[in-house]
Amino acid sequence: MFDFLGIPPQALFGQLLLGLINGSFYAMLSLGLAVIFGLLNIINFTHGAQYMMGAFGAYFLLQYLGLSYWWALIISPLVVGFSGVVIERLMLKHLYRLDHLYGLLLTFGLALITEGMFRNEFGSSGQPYRIPDQLLGGNNLGFMFLPNYRAWVVVASLTVCLGTWYVIERTKLGSYLRAATENPTLVQAFGINVPRMITLTYGFGVALAAFAGVLAAPIYQVAPQMGSNLIIVVFAVVVIGGMGSIMGSILTGFGLGVIEGLTKVFYPEASNTVIFVIMALVLLVKPAGLFGRTT
Amino acid sequence: MKLTRTMTLAATVALAIGAGQAQAQYSDGTIKIGVLTDMSSLYTDLSGAGSLLAARLAAEDFGAAAKGMKVEFVNADHQNKADVGSAVARQWYDVDKVDVIVDTPNSGVALAVNQITKEKNKVFLVSGAASSDLSGKACSPNTIHWTYDTWLLANGTGNAIVKTGGDSWYFLTADYAFGHALEGDTEAVVLKNGGKVLGKVRHPLNTADFSSFLLQAQASKAKIIGLANAGGDTTNSIKQAAEFGIVRGGQNLAGLLVFLTDVHALGLQTAQGLIFTETWYWDMNDNNRAFAKRMATANKGIHPTMIHAGVYSAVTHYLKAVEALKSDADGGAVVKKMKDTPTNDPLFGQGSIRQDGRKIHPAYLFEVKKPAESKAPWDYYKLRATIPAEQAFRPVTEGNCPLVRG
Repeated sequence: MFDFLGIPPQALFGQLLLGLINGSFYAMLSLGLAVIFGLLNIINFTHGAQYMMGAFGAYFLLQYLGLSYWWALIISPLVVGFSGVVIERLMLKHLYRLDHLYGLLLTFGLALITEGMFRNEFGSSGQPYRIPDQLLGGNNLGFMFLPNYRAWVVVASLTVCLGTWYVIERTKLGSYLRAATENPTLVQAFGINVPRMITLTYGFGVALAAFAGVLAAPIYQVAPQMGSNLIIVVFAVVVIGGMGSIMGSILTGFGLGVIEGLTKVFYPEASNTVIFVIMALVLLVKPAGLFGRTT
Repeated sequence: MKLTRTMTLAATVALAIGAGQAQAQYSDGTIKIGVLTDMSSLYTDLSGAGSLLAARLAAEDFGAAAKGMKVEFVNADHQNKADVGSAVARQWYDVDKVDVIVDTPNSGVALAVNQITKEKNKVFLVSGAASSDLSGKACSPNTIHWTYDTWLLANGTGNAIVKTGGDSWYFLTADYAFGHALEGDTEAVVLKNGGKVLGKVRHPLNTADFSSFLLQAQASKAKIIGLANAGGDTTNSIKQAAEFGIVRGGQNLAGLLVFLTDVHALGLQTAQGLIFTETWYWDMNDNNRAFAKRMATANKGIHPTMIHAGVYSAVTHYLKAVEALKSDADGGAVVKKMKDTPTNDPLFGQGSIRQDGRKIHPAYLFEVKKPAESKAPWDYYKLRATIPAEQAFRPVTEGNCPLVRG
């Protein structure tokens, strides 16, 4: 068989698939960021902390209420999403007319506070969370062993991402949302409650982060810093894809996951910098990002 | 009669003046201990706030206050960055009048602080960092490497595994000073015992997803996958190795550096059967258990790791040396006094410090219990073997330490 740069094809397919799995998390998180930025003009730095809260939500539900992973998948995003709604109502809504920087500072501060509180309470090693029994085990695909749980992550992530894209780009509700981004006053004149719509959008973006957090809980340690490790990469993904572009952030998320996966084979030492190198290159060539529109 | 009274008075006055003089010789009248550690990232639980607490307990048990020694503590977060750690060390030594820095997990940071401490002639007591270079080619007349090192881990665990048939290895290595040292020391042991190393992959510090690296290890068909990393990196590797069916596929994991808090974070279900080397475990004797109880109540239930115990032991011995010298001004002299005096404390018992700055004590090969064997929270280890003190650490002649040759 053919070898690609000295890597046997089995290993290559395996790494591509793994890249796709990691890309699922990037896609889900950058999607949430893109939706929030698109409609609220807020750069949501709390996103990583909200992802972490989602994972901790799953842990709390299991530990204290005995509710299974499947319940957590629904309840945790709802609860964390609601906390997002509260934040939007109490704080963010006062910032829409100000410079981006204020929203960024506020959400960054909130992220630091949230993480600090969790670290103080639960330490840094994290809490264990088991893979649900139904998804234990895996299949041998010939070129690699694919754990069932990882397969589920890709399916769940694709469903959620494409669903979100469909709602925003192809339904009536989505058209209101998009119109409200362009001209809120006019949309309000048609009798649509724009502020409420914005609040719910933020809540939804946050819930997406929490959903990704629940998906991540059985794979990684449920630890306070799990979000901050990921969020910087996710921001790079959003920048590469183009701020505010829904499909752009989904495709870039998966794509960069794959590129990162390949780097882990060819030059593992660079695996946590490769995305930033790409970001720099993209910004040089297309400052608005790969899928962004220049306005 | 009158004479006796005068004599007594004179003696008392002399004593008071003497005591006053002794106190004046501590730089600024205080012994200032700086605990430099990771307070916010992957090494926080195994060192972090627990190390500061252990240092305080040591001063308290030493009865520093009753002996007229004023001991103060400062602490800082080095964020696992050598430049941040160096800046803090310089600031502490130059501006804040810190006399001794203790702990410092992360070998990269520790090697930087080691150098600065030597320049400023202060004292550096390493409990958290692992690189055997600290008592090897980077050894210093101002540094004592206390609790453990990569040579010990490699030989303790590596020997045991190679001798039970694990003769082909693949390394998953944290890509910085510590990982490289641990990988190098273990590789030497494997080769010496007739085993072979089939490959290695170096991952960035604080990686979340190890699946890609694990798949490469799997493809190598090595019998043993050696984890030359620590803290959160180790727990994530082990957790994901279970997910990818690595152990079921016939390969075994060797956690080269595993701490009690890592086992706690993994849970026994995942961690059971792991074999590794440590120099201290809380449930070995009554002294250790009493210490663990004090630590746990004050530190959110976290039971002390060997790093915490090492900080306690090191600070105790430091205070003894300063008391004997009646001065903490000359760092080199304090370290020399510490080397000349045999160590003795409740946690590590009797021991000694070598010329190259290596503290000598026994080490233990532990195995993680099965969930059914664990009778209480934090009851995790069973003892497989004891490595006597004289065999636990690298022979003094093999470390290339300039202090020994000279």
